Parts: sequence; C-alpha cells; structure tokens
Amino acid sequence: MAEATATFEVRRQGSACIVDIRGDVTAGSEEVLMSAYEEAGDAKAIVLNFSELSYMNSGGIGLLVTLLVRANRRSQKLLAFGISDHYSQIFELTRLDEAIGIHDTESDALAAAGAT
Amino acid sequence: MSEVNEKAAARDATNWAKKVSTLNVSEVPEGAININVEGKRLASPIQGFGKMWQKTYQVRLPAEKVSATDLIATWKLRFPDFWPEGNAFYGALTGIEPGEVALLNMTLPGKMKLSTGVMVLYADEESFTLMTPQGHMFAGWITFSAIEREGETVAQAQVLMRASDPIFELGLTMGGHKQEDRFWNQTLSSVAAHFGEPAAEVDTKVVCVDSKRQWSKWKNVWHSSAIRSTLYMLGAPVRGIKGLFSSSRAPA
Repeated sequence: MAEATATFEVRRQGSACIVDIRGDVTAGSEEVLMSAYEEAGDAKAIVLNFSELSYMNSGGIGLLVTLLVRANRRSQKLLAFGISDHYSQIFELTRLDEAIGIHDTESDALAAAGAT
Repeated sequence: MSEVNEKAAARDATNWAKKVSTLNVSEVPEGAININVEGKRLASPIQGFGKMWQKTYQVRLPAEKVSATDLIATWKLRFPDFWPEGNAFYGALTGIEPGEVALLNMTLPGKMKLSTGVMVLYADEESFTLMTPQGHMFAGWITFSAIEREGETVAQAQVLMRASDPIFELGLTMGGHKQEDRFWNQTLSSVAAHFGEPAAEVDTKVVCVDSKRQWSKWKNVWHSSAIRSTLYMLGAPVRGIKGLFSSSRAPA
C-alpha cells in the first residue's frame, strides 16, 4: 500500500541481467520491480544486487516470492549477491534461500548462472 | 557506519524476528494445544503444495477517527479480540512482537477443530506479518497494514499463500477459500467496528499468482495439522482414562 522508495536499475551481462537495488524495498516497490523484471526480458538468469539495499520489510520479501514465481514460469534462474548478514538471516528464516541462489559477489553469481 | 545505515540497522534489529531453525513455544496458555507448532520449521509459499494466491482485504475508515499508526498499535495489542467467534489466538499478553510464537485453535468447515500456530515475522509501526509453520493449512504469511490516503485510513490484511498439502488444497477448493474470505472480512469488520464504523464495507481482491501446484511437496501431508489435530481429538477419551488411573495411583 506504500509508495515506492527503491530504484531498480537493469544491466545486461552476457545471458544474465543484473538488477541493482537501491533504497527501501517494500510492498510499494512492486510496480518498479516488475517493470525492471520486464526490462530484463528473456535473460536466462536474473541476478539481484543487494549491495545498496537500505532496508527491506516483509512486503519486500513477499515481492521476491512473486518475482521468483514469474522467473520460474519463464525457466529463468533467480540469484542474488551483496546481501548483508542480517538479510542473509532473513532469507534463511523465510526459507527464500532454498529457491534463490545466494552468492557473495557479482562474479560468483554470474558464474553460477553460467553467464560469465 | 553512516547515520542512515545506523538507522536502517536499528530498524532491522527491532522489526524483524531473529533467525530460528525451529519454533519453540515458551508457554502454553490454558485452552491452547501445542501439538503442531513446537519443533516445526516455518514455511513460506515456496515450500507449499497448492496454487499460490494473494488475497487482499481492505476496509476504509475516516482518517479523523484513527491514524494508520494508532490503528496498527491497537490491532497489535488487541489482535485476538478481532478474530471471528469460535477461533482463538493465544499470543503474548503484550501484543504482537517480532519473534513471538502464538498458538491457534481454529474451527474449520464441518466444525472440525484444528490446532496450529504462527510466528510474528515482522512488525513495525504501520504493519506486521505472521508466518505459518509446517503443517498449517497454508504455507505463507499474512501482512496486516494501514495507510492514510485521501482523508481515509485504509486497514488491510494481505495473505500470500499456497495450501500446505494436497488435503488442504482440496479443502480450500471445496469451500475453504470462501471460509477464509469470510474470516478476514469478519476480522476487518471487527476492526472497523472498534473504531466506530460497524457498517464499513470490506473489499476483497483475490489474485492467483501461480496456477501450478508443486507436486514435489505432496509429502508435506506428513506434518498436516488437520490429521494430527483429528488424531489428538480421537485420543482424548484414552488420555482421559489414563489421567484417571495416574491420579488414582498418585500418593496421597
């Protein structure tokens, strides 16, 4: 219900698309996140860069689940890197880590996506 | 650490539950049954079986009656009071706090009783989220929030869920979804009534996020709170007799 307070910039890297996330990710970020996802188009993998994430609430976690469903529908891998220790624990608590591949660095994530 | 990052870290520490591998119930209140919560893992929609749904229930109140933060503060403090009759929420007396585990006694269609629970995953001044454990009717979470918009305070409950197993999926298809809609409609009506708007209409929006069932998750049925609750109820006479014997044998 809240307004968007995050930006999602898309970069192409081989067969993958990297989405640079900045700001606060909440339920209000749905439109901008999904728009970024559409921009990624037919990439084989979507790599989320959380290095510049300021904050994420439970609405933001819900958005990631929705994004995962969309990526699965297109047979795309969903990966992430740059996640702080705190959000790493949130990913484990919510068991998102079982479906989203988490990596330390961009190059690790791209290697896992087979996009280097 | 910059001031902005410090503030974000402080929000994180306060608003999110701490990581746990399995749930632990510190105290079982009188009337509650802890057979489907202790030792269970949390389950997100990713771990569920059925189709994935996002259900949104909203009620609008005049902003001069209550602000968004006051509404959420009251909802957190008096959460069980707003539930429909026949269902019990055994949470902490202090209200909704991140990491708290609450036991639930629910009434399902056919007056079947179900014992389950939830954990408070997240709570801030404008929202809070409850996440379900393995064996609950559905795998996912419910976020309660409020926002002020155009002179109104909009209270919302949003469920992101998949039925946990094939039995619950069948149950949801055969009237369970309607019952759930009624449940949250009644809850939001109670919230509205509390703030002096008993006739406020509740809007319901249901979106099927994923029409595919995750057949690999059928084994979730092993944790089914419906089966375990039924077995527990069927075992009540035996437990009663055992209790009589043990009390009669107890030394005076």
